[in-house]
Formats: sequence, C-alpha cells, structure tokens
Amino acid sequence: MGKTFRGGVHPFDGKALTADAAVQKLTPTGDAVYPLRQHIGKPALPLVKKGDAVSVGQQIAAAADGLSACICSAVSGTVKAIEPRLCISGSRVTAIVIDNDGRYTPLPTLGQERSFHGMDNGEIRAIARAAGIVGLGGAGFPTDTKLTPAEDNAIEYVLINGAECEPYLTSDYRLMLENTEELLTGIRILLQMFPNAVGVIGIEDNKPEAVKKLTHLTETHPRVRVCPLKTKYPQGGERALIYAVTGRKVHTGVLPYQMGCIVHNVATVIALYRAVCRQTPLLSRVITLSGDAFRTVGNFEVPIGTSLAEVADAAGGFKKEPQKLIVGGPMMGTALAALDVPTLKTTSALLAFTDDSAARSTETACIRCGRCVTACPAFLVPQQMVRAVRKGDMDRFQTLGGMECISCGSCSYICPAHIRLTQRFVTAKAVVAADRKREKEGKK
Amino acid sequence: MSELRHVSLSPHIHAPTDTKTLMRCVLLSLLPAGVFGVWNFGWRALAVIALCAAVCVLTEFLYEKLMKLPVTVGDCSAAVTGVLLAYTLPATVPLWMAALGSVFAVLIVKMLFGGLGQNFMNPALAARCFLLISFGGAMTSYPAGVDGVTGATPLAVVKAGESVDLLTMLLGTHGGCIGEISAAAILIGGIYLCVRRVIAPRIPLVYIGSFVLSVTVISLLRGSGLPTGAFLLTQVCGGGLLLGAVFMATDYVTSPVTQGGQWIYAAFIGILTAVFRLLGSTAEGVSYAIVLGNILVPLIERMTMPKPFGVKKERAA
Repeated sequence: MGKTFRGGVHPFDGKALTADAAVQKLTPTGDAVYPLRQHIGKPALPLVKKGDAVSVGQQIAAAADGLSACICSAVSGTVKAIEPRLCISGSRVTAIVIDNDGRYTPLPTLGQERSFHGMDNGEIRAIARAAGIVGLGGAGFPTDTKLTPAEDNAIEYVLINGAECEPYLTSDYRLMLENTEELLTGIRILLQMFPNAVGVIGIEDNKPEAVKKLTHLTETHPRVRVCPLKTKYPQGGERALIYAVTGRKVHTGVLPYQMGCIVHNVATVIALYRAVCRQTPLLSRVITLSGDAFRTVGNFEVPIGTSLAEVADAAGGFKKEPQKLIVGGPMMGTALAALDVPTLKTTSALLAFTDDSAARSTETACIRCGRCVTACPAFLVPQQMVRAVRKGDMDRFQTLGGMECISCGSCSYICPAHIRLTQRFVTAKAVVAADRKREKEGKK
Repeated sequence: MSELRHVSLSPHIHAPTDTKTLMRCVLLSLLPAGVFGVWNFGWRALAVIALCAAVCVLTEFLYEKLMKLPVTVGDCSAAVTGVLLAYTLPATVPLWMAALGSVFAVLIVKMLFGGLGQNFMNPALAARCFLLISFGGAMTSYPAGVDGVTGATPLAVVKAGESVDLLTMLLGTHGGCIGEISAAAILIGGIYLCVRRVIAPRIPLVYIGSFVLSVTVISLLRGSGLPTGAFLLTQVCGGGLLLGAVFMATDYVTSPVTQGGQWIYAAFIGILTAVFRLLGSTAEGVSYAIVLGNILVPLIERMTMPKPFGVKKERAA
C-alpha cells in the first residue's frame, strides 16, 4: 500500500481509456496564439510586432520583472496581430497571433546538446526563465522562481510529482513511460542545484508500469527513489504529496521550500531538461484527449498556441455532440464555452463528455452527513463554511479556515445533496482576497 | 460549435451517491429487524410500521403542499422516520397513537424547524419520548409474541434479579418493541450500513463501549462488584440500545459532523444511557439519552472544530 494523506475521494478514474495510447505528435498548420498571461504573475511583454518573422524556439515575449514567464514561439511564420483573444478561462487576454507557415523553421541553436555539469544555479535559473518554463501540472507557477529558494543547501527533498490524480488524465503517465531518460536527467539537474536533497518521484499505485520502470532505473542512483502513493484524489496536490512523502505539513502560511521541499511535475522536469541540455525552450506539451464524445481518444504532443479546435479535429473530432468540454481534469478543470481557444502551457487535457449531469443536478437540503468533513484534505468543515458563505459572513468563513481551502472539489464531489461547496468557496476566497487587497491599498 | 456550452465551475463530476440512495440504504438495512418484528408479533406489527411510514410521508407531503414548498417526500427521509418510530413502539400500541406520534415526528420536530437537515432532535425518538410521556401505560405494555400475551422484557427480568437465556436475547424471541427485540437482525442491518459506507462504525461502537464501561463503573461504585458477562450482554442486547446505537445515534442530522465530536457525543450518550437505566426510575434510557445528546450536538461541534491541515495556532470556533 502506497503512502498517502488523510481525506480525499475516489472518483472513477477513466484512465484505462488512454493509458495505453502512446503520445502522437501533431504538427498543426493553423494560427498559433500566445496569450501574454498564461502563468501566475505579471503578463509577459511582447518582443515582436506585427509583420515580424519568427522561427521555432524564438522568444516572442519576455518575462516582466519579478514573478512572470517568457513565451517562445512553437511555430515559424509572421506575426499577424497582437490583440485580445478569447482564452480557456473565458476572458479575453492580449495575445500574440502568429500566422503559421507550416514549415517549422527552427532557430539554428534549437536542439543542440549542452552539458549541465558544472553549470551554476544562476545559469540554470536563467535558462529556465528564458525558456518560459512554468509548472505544467496545471498551476502555471514560473519554474525559475520555484527553483530559487532562500537557501539552496536547505532543500532536503526534490519531489517529482507523477501522482496524476485527476481522473482521465494520462499525459504524465505516458511521459514517465516514454521519456524516462529525459525525466531522470532532469532530476539530476535538480539534484545538482540542491546538493543536500534527495529526489523522490511520487506515483499513484494505479500506474504500476511507471512505478516499476522508474524504480528499476533509479535502483543504482543513491539520491533518487520512487515513492508509490495510494490512489486517491487529490494525491497530486502539492500539500498532499509533500505530506505523503515527507510527513511535513504545508499550508497557506508556509511555502514548500520553507519546509525543505521543492515540488515539480514530471512534465516540468522534462521541460527543464530540454531547455538546459537541448537548448529547446518550452514549445509543446502532451495533452490527453478523452471522454465519450471523442471519436478517438489518446495522448497528443501539441505545439503550445494551437487552437484546441484544431487539436480536436486532428484527433478525429467528435462522434457525438459534447455536452461538456473540460480543459484539465474533471475535478479541477475549466469548462469551455467555445473550443476555438489556444492551447496554453498549462493545458493538460481536453475532455469531452456527452453527459453533464453533475452540473445539471439540483441542490437539496444538507443532511449533515459529514462526508465533506471526512473528504476535506485540508481538515476543514465545508458544511459550516457553506453556511457562512450563504449568509455572506466572510469573517466566519475565514474563522473556519476557509482560506486554507485548496479548491480540490472533493466536498462537492462527495456531497449527497449536490451542494456546490467548492464552487462557493472559490467565489468566497476571491471575495476575501479582494477585500484584503483593498484593505492593504487603503493603508498605503 | 454554434451554441454556448454548459459552463460551470469545477468539479464537473459527482459521486453516484445522493440523499435518496442513502435513505434507501437505511430502509433496506431496517428490513431484517422489521421482518423479525412481524414474525414475532404478527401482522399487527406490520400494520403499525406501514401506518407510521404512511402518516410520516403524508404529513410531509401535505405540509409542503400547504406551505407551497417543493415536495421532498421522494428523498425517503420521512419514510425512514416512520419506520424508525414504528420500531420503537410496542406492536399493541393503539393505531391512533402511532399515527399521532408520526404526525408529531414529522410536523413538529422536522418540518416546523425547517425540514430535512434542520431538526435538532431525531424526529422518531422525539416522537417516541412524546408518546412515552403522554401515554406511559400503552407504551410500556409489551406483548411477548403473536399470542398478544403481555411479557416481561429482558431488562425487567434482569432488574428483578433473574437471568435471561442468551440465545433468546440474540434472536429476540421475547417481549419488547417491534424493531428492537432481535439483536441479530439489527446487527445485520448495521453491518450492511457500514459495508455500504452509509455510516461509519464509530458512533455505535463508542456508544456501546461507553455504555458497558459506565455500567461496570456504576456497578463497582454501588459495591455490587464486577457485573457478569451475561448481565452486560443482556443490557447491551436488551431494550432499545442496539436499535438506538445503530439507527438513531447515527442519524446524520442530529449527530456531530466532526469526527472528534462523534466520539464525545457517542461516549456521552453511552454514559447517560447507563445512568438512566441503572439509577433512573423510568423504564426509558436510550431514547432520553440520545435526545439529550442531540441537543448538545451544536456545542460539541463547536468544541471539536478541527484545525486546518498544518495550521498550529489556536482558532476561535
């Protein structure tokens, strides 16, 4: 039995649909669209203007000062426009639109080998920043910032997140099986950066092939091991993973590095390897296409910026009209209003379902069954929090620890009365955050 | 692609279990005890069960119609209340009394407080207490079996200093209320509920454990020495203790949602039951203990609010 955390739920995982589907590479010909804000932090600043020619791998937007990320073009062609475009989130974000010439002309240095040995940490961070790498598990936190703890020597654990606890997603699983060497070299880079750390790859035990392969390959490596985790959602949440592997508890008051931990998703580690050792910035990512509305399902390596409509078409389109389109997993993903939105760095999956019963169900009375309390991985009492939110009592919401909610969706998933708990907490947290910001600005 | 799809906030999937499924599971788990009650007490018992369930459902339906509220009888919770109430009545109870109790349970205890989830006492138990206080005689004359002859309940026998055959206790071929007599039938229902994860075994086990411990302590304090195993077993299997522990104390609405609170609540009603049974003058222990426990639930929850994951500092609840 693998290690785990307390709480959580066991949704139907649907991974069998795509687990054996090897990654297929797509080379789309449509426009590539790069929203300047597809990461946590400040929007990137465009380096190109309308009419400029760009090559594959060229940086087209630079990171702003502080928390931000660069953006590199995954296609070659000319800049068509810099204008607001509809994004996955449903809002319009300023984006660089590139008319894809379909030739994929690379920069001359692209793909050239480079050794990471002897590189200093500043150099690696600069490479990660220039390559536009952000957390590819879904959060989109700039990786160079995550690689910059207060003290490099204080890091004891480099945790590689291969839990992939969201149902239906198999992209990380495929990466672990198909890009194992790249992953392991990426881990070596991280371990060189943090000399006192051990590398631990956390994998849910519903992926025995990945556990087996990585365990075998890390046997001889004194500083890397595989930690099988119990299959339970949200095992891949940063806090759940850190707790399962190290027994340390991270909450809103402390950052993982303050607990001696740095957590990176497997896809992010592979992106770091490619940037450092192959001089290839973050250009593409693996997306799981799954759900009963697709004609064919599978895993696809897609250039970032490609329209999801083009991705869906390339995979054979829909056999039935989908009722629900989700980017990411069904527990925390975003429902799409329109399919013609660009693939972002953080787009891990496109799911299409013909059934939308979860969203259409009606709320009934809370029967106080306590399932939400048992399921909450943050040890909160959603049943009481939702009463506070319904009354608009944000003080009570905070007293109950509402800001510790990680929006994992477990309470809403399990609630027999179909009460939209997580949904309300997401809104309430945004209200509290806005209030706090206003208060802070008022004091200045 | 023309029309805007159904956009909603995550999560986009839901567990298959809803309130109705849970209530149906509870009804199913009540079946063995009911079947045994009917077998032991005859068709009269079935009539009481059917009447209580029907009156409870009808009361909820009419109230909601009258108040122009959405009708919620489909969630089966009123039916559960009716069956549970019937199980706590003697088979010989006058039918009008059973009906009155049902109306009291649903109308006064449940609907007037806001319907499902809002009542602070278990409706079935509150109604039983109401009937017990109002009509003590009819509520405590127990038939021993189909013949309708009034028989002593095991607890009365033990109180008189005699002993009861343990097999009789387990099977339940003795006097008592419709659903409380057979320990085996109740346990089957309880195990089913635990296996289906409708309830956790925490509350029943802590309740029974605390009860046994309290009985032992009281017995020692009285100077009558350690109670015998047979005495304890009769106390646990006799009366409404098992029915209460498995089906009443575990009522979602009237038990704490916090896990720490469930421990305290179950331990508390265990102590109360022992005190009421051994030191009290009424024939009733379990119902009063659980109903009193119900009243303390908001307080217990407040005391046992868990600290958020990793947070160390004290929080005022």
